Amino acid sequence: MNHLIDRRLSGKGKSTVNRERFLRRYKTQVRAAVKQMVGERSIKDMDRGGEVHLPKKDIAEPSFGFGRGGEREFVLPGNKEYVTGDRIPRPKGGGGGNEAGSGDAQDSFVFSLSREEFMHIFFDDLELPRLARTVLGTTDQFKSIRAGYTTQGAPANLSVYRTLTNSLGRRIALGGAIKQKAAEVEAELERAFHEGRGEDVARLEAELTRLRGRHTKLPFLEELDLRYRNRVLRPEPVARAVMFCLMDVSASMDEEKKDLAKRFFTLLYLFLTRKYKQVELVFIRHTEEAEEVDENTFFHDTKSGGTVVLSALEMMDTVRRARYAEGWNVYAAQASDGDAFGSDPAKSARFLREMILPMTRYYAYIELAPEITSHASNLWAEYEVLAGQNENFAMRRAARREDIYPVFRDLFAKTATQK
Amino acid sequence: MSDATPRKAISTGADWDFDLIETYDAAIADIARNEYGLDTYRNQIEIITAEQMLDAYASTGLPVGYPHWSYGKEFIRNEQLYRTGQQGLAYEIVINSDPCIAYLMEENTMAMQALVIAHACYGHNSFFKGNHLFKQWTVPDAIIEYLHFARRYVMACEERHGADAVESMLDSCHALMSHGVDRYHRPAPLSLKAEAARLKEREAYAEKQFNDLWRTLPKTERPVEAKVQERYPAEPQENLLYFIEKNAPNMEPWQRELVRIVRKLAQYFYPQGQTKVMNEGWATFWHYTLLTRLHEKGLVTDGFMLEILKSHTNVIFQPPFDAKYYSGINPYALGYAMFTDLRRICEKPTAEDKQFFPQLAGSDWKKSLDFAMRNFKDESFIAQYLSPKLIRDFRLFAIADHESQSDLGVDSIHDEAGYKRVRKLLASQHSFEERVPDVQIQRYSRDGDRSLTLQYKLHRGRPLSEAAAEVLKHVRFLWGFPVKLEYLGPNDNVLETRQVA
Repeated sequence: MNHLIDRRLSGKGKSTVNRERFLRRYKTQVRAAVKQMVGERSIKDMDRGGEVHLPKKDIAEPSFGFGRGGEREFVLPGNKEYVTGDRIPRPKGGGGGNEAGSGDAQDSFVFSLSREEFMHIFFDDLELPRLARTVLGTTDQFKSIRAGYTTQGAPANLSVYRTLTNSLGRRIALGGAIKQKAAEVEAELERAFHEGRGEDVARLEAELTRLRGRHTKLPFLEELDLRYRNRVLRPEPVARAVMFCLMDVSASMDEEKKDLAKRFFTLLYLFLTRKYKQVELVFIRHTEEAEEVDENTFFHDTKSGGTVVLSALEMMDTVRRARYAEGWNVYAAQASDGDAFGSDPAKSARFLREMILPMTRYYAYIELAPEITSHASNLWAEYEVLAGQNENFAMRRAARREDIYPVFRDLFAKTATQK
Repeated sequence: MSDATPRKAISTGADWDFDLIETYDAAIADIARNEYGLDTYRNQIEIITAEQMLDAYASTGLPVGYPHWSYGKEFIRNEQLYRTGQQGLAYEIVINSDPCIAYLMEENTMAMQALVIAHACYGHNSFFKGNHLFKQWTVPDAIIEYLHFARRYVMACEERHGADAVESMLDSCHALMSHGVDRYHRPAPLSLKAEAARLKEREAYAEKQFNDLWRTLPKTERPVEAKVQERYPAEPQENLLYFIEKNAPNMEPWQRELVRIVRKLAQYFYPQGQTKVMNEGWATFWHYTLLTRLHEKGLVTDGFMLEILKSHTNVIFQPPFDAKYYSGINPYALGYAMFTDLRRICEKPTAEDKQFFPQLAGSDWKKSLDFAMRNFKDESFIAQYLSPKLIRDFRLFAIADHESQSDLGVDSIHDEAGYKRVRKLLASQHSFEERVPDVQIQRYSRDGDRSLTLQYKLHRGRPLSEAAAEVLKHVRFLWGFPVKLEYLGPNDNVLETRQVA
């Protein structure tokens, strides 16, 4: 009569669709919250969820209800000292005594975004197609590994053990029949000798000599026996990458532009962390001279001065040689508003082409323009030539967040076709 | 009282399995039906995980629901509370359907599962089946089917008309949900077949009416002749959603159907809101009674009973008004106390009881409780059965909050002079009218500008809350033409008019 049903396996997440609806409805607020989190977080921490506060009144569902005022009575439990007719001062905020005290702690509706949701909104902002999981291009480091044995090879790779094993086997296989035949002949010879059959003895002796001769003639080593240790080159991903963040922090770079730059750096960082086990970040900021700083200083400290791009590039090269010379995939992202003067743009472009690009897997340059239509800078003009010649160089002007992703598009388009 | 031959306990230890649950269920069913005569729907007990329980919370306990952001909000809120440890999960959720569906959480111990079975499958279940409000306003054997229908329909609408259009419709309907119920007359029963037939008819009508030629007619600017206008509707309408569904001038058929769906859901929940104290009290009384009997029969161990009593006392705890965690009168506490007290009055009446409840004192408690369960709602139940003893036990007192006075007054307390007054006030505190303002549709100017006029008669001078302005916007959205809200004073004079053009 009564049914007992085990529902535990019939799926959770019934509310997922409703949760999504909720996020969709409050997209603006959630986005604003995400933006704030992006601003506060370190690039390395970007890849996790976060807490969003929404003002309660924003998400209220209205219905007709009673407001304050008028006359009412209410019954409460737990009377201690009151008797009929007592007067009690109104608790602050009017209303009934029971409503006081549940004050301001409840002003906002707090909830957590999961890592996926956070990333979704973060990437959504960047108009990112769902490519985040695409693997980056192949790496050019190879490792030689053992891969069995071959019949050809350099003498240095000769496997003596394998070769002799083969040799022994071959000699047993080929010599066994001869030996057996020789034994038979020998026995026959013995009998013939005892029985005094003269011509038989001579014939059998000749036969025995011939057989023994054949046995000794079996070569100790033959070409057939030779075995060489085989090695193949397997492409070995370098598990480490270093990402250089170069940013112009001259006076013209305001907070807005820095926020844009941060997203740009974060994006590259996130891609790299999907590919490499270990990603190191080097922050180099520059005005007239470059210096290596920590992340916080990089994004939040202001420094004024002119702009010499070359200084940052030289700094990067120095750091790379000193710390990341071998076994590192080098990526670089440069953000600047492009205000460079005199001979600096040309020198920088040349330095980039000659010293940096050959050692770099990918170099992305983003020019933070006040608006996308404004005329390009000197640096841009010089870099544009490079972009035509180098596959691992990408550049883009960005005025808004959605302009940032296309900087990386080439990179992904390339790997997609390679796959 | 214990039986002559104490039997062996069904189980010891906290672990449960399906066989054990069935054994306990059978033992409890035996006591409930044969000893106490509880009449229930069939039971469908479902074991779920904590996560599924959170899901069930969000959809107000219904097993199927249409997608809407407000359920997502509810889910997030509960999840947050649960994860931060501010709120535990309910041990059970029970659905007023036939068969009656009860959810048991897998984390519960065996004792808790037994408690939940007694509470939900025999307590709530018999209440659903017996109480007159549930009998009149809900159709338990059709509700699950209807919910499936509603979900499919809403999703089909989303596909056809876009999720945003559906969402704004539902938002507006939800705002009027508390005003989507026929308070006084019984609505037509639900049936999936009838729903489908009605739907088809609606579509066919729309198709028949469609003629593209109408579009090409030139618009004339003939002045509307002032006819002698009949008053429409003839009587004020309290069911706003119903009136809108039937009369909104420009609503598409699918929009009307959405209004109807929300209306039907509101109607399903209507009895629950009015019988909170009774329903929970009844279920709590029975889980206590049934499990105590189980213990007397020697079917459960003392340890089992201690665990039951621990959660039982937690459930019926009533903090005093000045406690930090006071959040109103606990319906479990009040309801349980009232049913227990009712039994006491029947079995061991005092002189006071005989004076207050002459017809009850000394009667058969099973019959009296059954009568109370069937024929009352919270308001009338309290008015009828709250005894002076309980008023003293709870130390109830009434506070008068009158705007004209600068401070609050103690209206009455638990003394000879105050019993009836406190009882009356507590009863009206549980009435629908005290919780939901009486807003009614007064006029629909059919031949004029098609505007809709709502009226709110100030209930003892109490104004509507600020949200009313927002709700009015939702009414405007549904109606499609200007909407007015009039505040009526004590002499039916219009005090104030709010308008959304």
